Amino acid sequence: MNEPLLSLVNVEKHFTQSSGFLRPAVEPVRAVNGISLMIHEGQTTALVGESGCGKSTAAKLITGAISPSAGQISLRTRDGNILDVDRLRGRARKALWRDVQLIFQDPYSSLNPRMTVKQILAEPLRNFNIARGAEATKMVEELLDRVGLQKTAMNRYPHAFSGGQRQRIGIARALAVQPRLIIGDEPVSALDVSVAAQILNLFQSLKQELGLTYLLITHDLAVVRYSADRVAVMYLGNIVEENTTAELFASPKHPYTQALLSALPSHTNDQKSRVVLPGEVASARAIPSGCAFHPRCVYANDLCKSAAPILKAQPAGGRVACHIPLESIR
Amino acid sequence: MANAIPQDSETLKAYAEASGWRLGWAKFRRHKLALISLYIVVLLYLLAIFAEFFSPYDHSDIHRRHVLVPPQAVHVFDAKGQLTWPHVRALKGERDAVTRRLSYVEDPQTTFSVRLFAPSDPYKLWNILPLETRFLGVSTPDRKATIFLLGTDSLGRDVLSRIIHGARVSLSIGLVGVALSFVIGIVLGGMSGYFGGWIDTIVQRTIDLLQSLPTIPLWMGLAAAVPPGQDPLITYLMITVILSVIGWTGIARVVRGRFLALREEDFVLAARFSGASEMRIILRHMVPSFASHIIASLTLSIPEMILAETALSFLGLGLQPPAVSWGVLLKDAQSLQVISQAPWLLIPGLAVVITVLAFNFLGDGMRDASDPYGKA
Repeated sequence: MNEPLLSLVNVEKHFTQSSGFLRPAVEPVRAVNGISLMIHEGQTTALVGESGCGKSTAAKLITGAISPSAGQISLRTRDGNILDVDRLRGRARKALWRDVQLIFQDPYSSLNPRMTVKQILAEPLRNFNIARGAEATKMVEELLDRVGLQKTAMNRYPHAFSGGQRQRIGIARALAVQPRLIIGDEPVSALDVSVAAQILNLFQSLKQELGLTYLLITHDLAVVRYSADRVAVMYLGNIVEENTTAELFASPKHPYTQALLSALPSHTNDQKSRVVLPGEVASARAIPSGCAFHPRCVYANDLCKSAAPILKAQPAGGRVACHIPLESIR
Repeated sequence: MANAIPQDSETLKAYAEASGWRLGWAKFRRHKLALISLYIVVLLYLLAIFAEFFSPYDHSDIHRRHVLVPPQAVHVFDAKGQLTWPHVRALKGERDAVTRRLSYVEDPQTTFSVRLFAPSDPYKLWNILPLETRFLGVSTPDRKATIFLLGTDSLGRDVLSRIIHGARVSLSIGLVGVALSFVIGIVLGGMSGYFGGWIDTIVQRTIDLLQSLPTIPLWMGLAAAVPPGQDPLITYLMITVILSVIGWTGIARVVRGRFLALREEDFVLAARFSGASEMRIILRHMVPSFASHIIASLTLSIPEMILAETALSFLGLGLQPPAVSWGVLLKDAQSLQVISQAPWLLIPGLAVVITVLAFNFLGDGMRDASDPYGKA
């Protein structure tokens, strides 16, 4: 648990629109605004937040699909070397994809409808020179078995499978290169609740069997509580709080986390504790000054309006980006 | 999905293992009009390929005694009203005493049976294969025995035979022109969609410019640049080039559009994560997905080419007689006098209409079938 598998240091991603002839300059979209996060081997980390908070951009940055505007992303590869993900361009990213794979949100668009399951799964085996021919067929069978599909699935096309089965195929494809870090970008949000539970259980058992590390990007707190070891909460491109799942759910320190958790349906029917945030999320083009959350925070003071809080380790564990963390108020 | 998922295990397996092409074909077959159009198109091309065999006469055979004969009827009842083998009757030319106009009267006594695979004067199929049988003819080699099912023109040439021979140029020019447009379109459209940026801007603005030019004056200008009195083959090729100057723009737009749409698909990103090279992503993952769309839009652009060739030749800018194409044939029907006295000379226009409609319906069906995974 000493060296992190993946570390992000002050990573920023701003989407700019080139202003030119007949095109006025537009404020850049500050999707990710300096996040720092460490992911340790064997852990499941969840990145939560509402739509537009930059969590999917973070996933794309880690997978090398897009490059950060600033900051460092480094990955410890299987040979123990440190790979600077933020500097990788073009074909060099192939080394990254040997260790990091992504599971997509939509199992319908993530599988090529014109390729059989075997062709889809053999693709990484071929491209990374892992196996070809009969050996690849054998590995495809093993992969299918691992994700709970029959080997008759091999010659079928994706149209013959349900959403849950397609997601299993997507997982098998991600596993083909024997990666160490798997990023799930809302991996179960497109599935029925019962199917989603099966997929989450599959994640758990694969983690135990293969010693995988997960980063789950999700907005579903039930999924987080069920499967994550650690949680990082994002708001407008920043991580506002990070802690173990148990701690974070038991005693949220950031007012935003508190509001988020209070929105979880509860069987105790404790209506009083519901925190309703005033206003709406600001645009990522115009992030409020100081603490980005201050216009919606009931505890905000003058300091919050002028100075942005930094993510600080708390004495009780976890990290919070707040000038007045909740415990000091109580 | 509109497809009912089959229930028994054998068909279920077949359905599960059906490739995109098979699913597309299954979807296409449900589009009855498109299926019929496919048969018509195939039939038309067979006629064009074996034109010498299917036409009753050679396209340049002149029947001096049978000038401007109206379409000749095939009778199944003889003079006594009895059902007999299909036959044609001998024609006798009569001049009107006042107007000196020639008209033809059938002689019900002199009949000639219509025959399939009838013997004929020796001819060569594709200028190579000597044959002495034609698909349709009359049983006797008698000079009076004529079968002008669609009449004759002012030189006494059989219109049906000329239409069938004209189909060669008219139908093939669509294919050749589309092939040429396709090459230009896929290269420029692909570059435009793949590289984006200033290359995209230049290509797209060029397309805008070309599409904004009025076509007829542009063709006239280009056709004027083609030296006259050339070998018909050279003229033919020049015309395809002229048609492709405009024709590629539509295809380039389609290719670019598909490229842009597919580039954003998750499965393309997934292929990248699977370690596929850019070339492999394009050829293995993207091309199969848009090949069917491209084929459908190519099919839809063939009729445009056919119409354009017809228009060019009709205006006298395209092929010149003695070459035959539907446009050249229609040129004979330019004057009002001809239309009033020999309306059958307009029949090549009908051939154009049938072909264009068949291609359009076929293309529509193919476009619908090109994405067999859609919800509709």
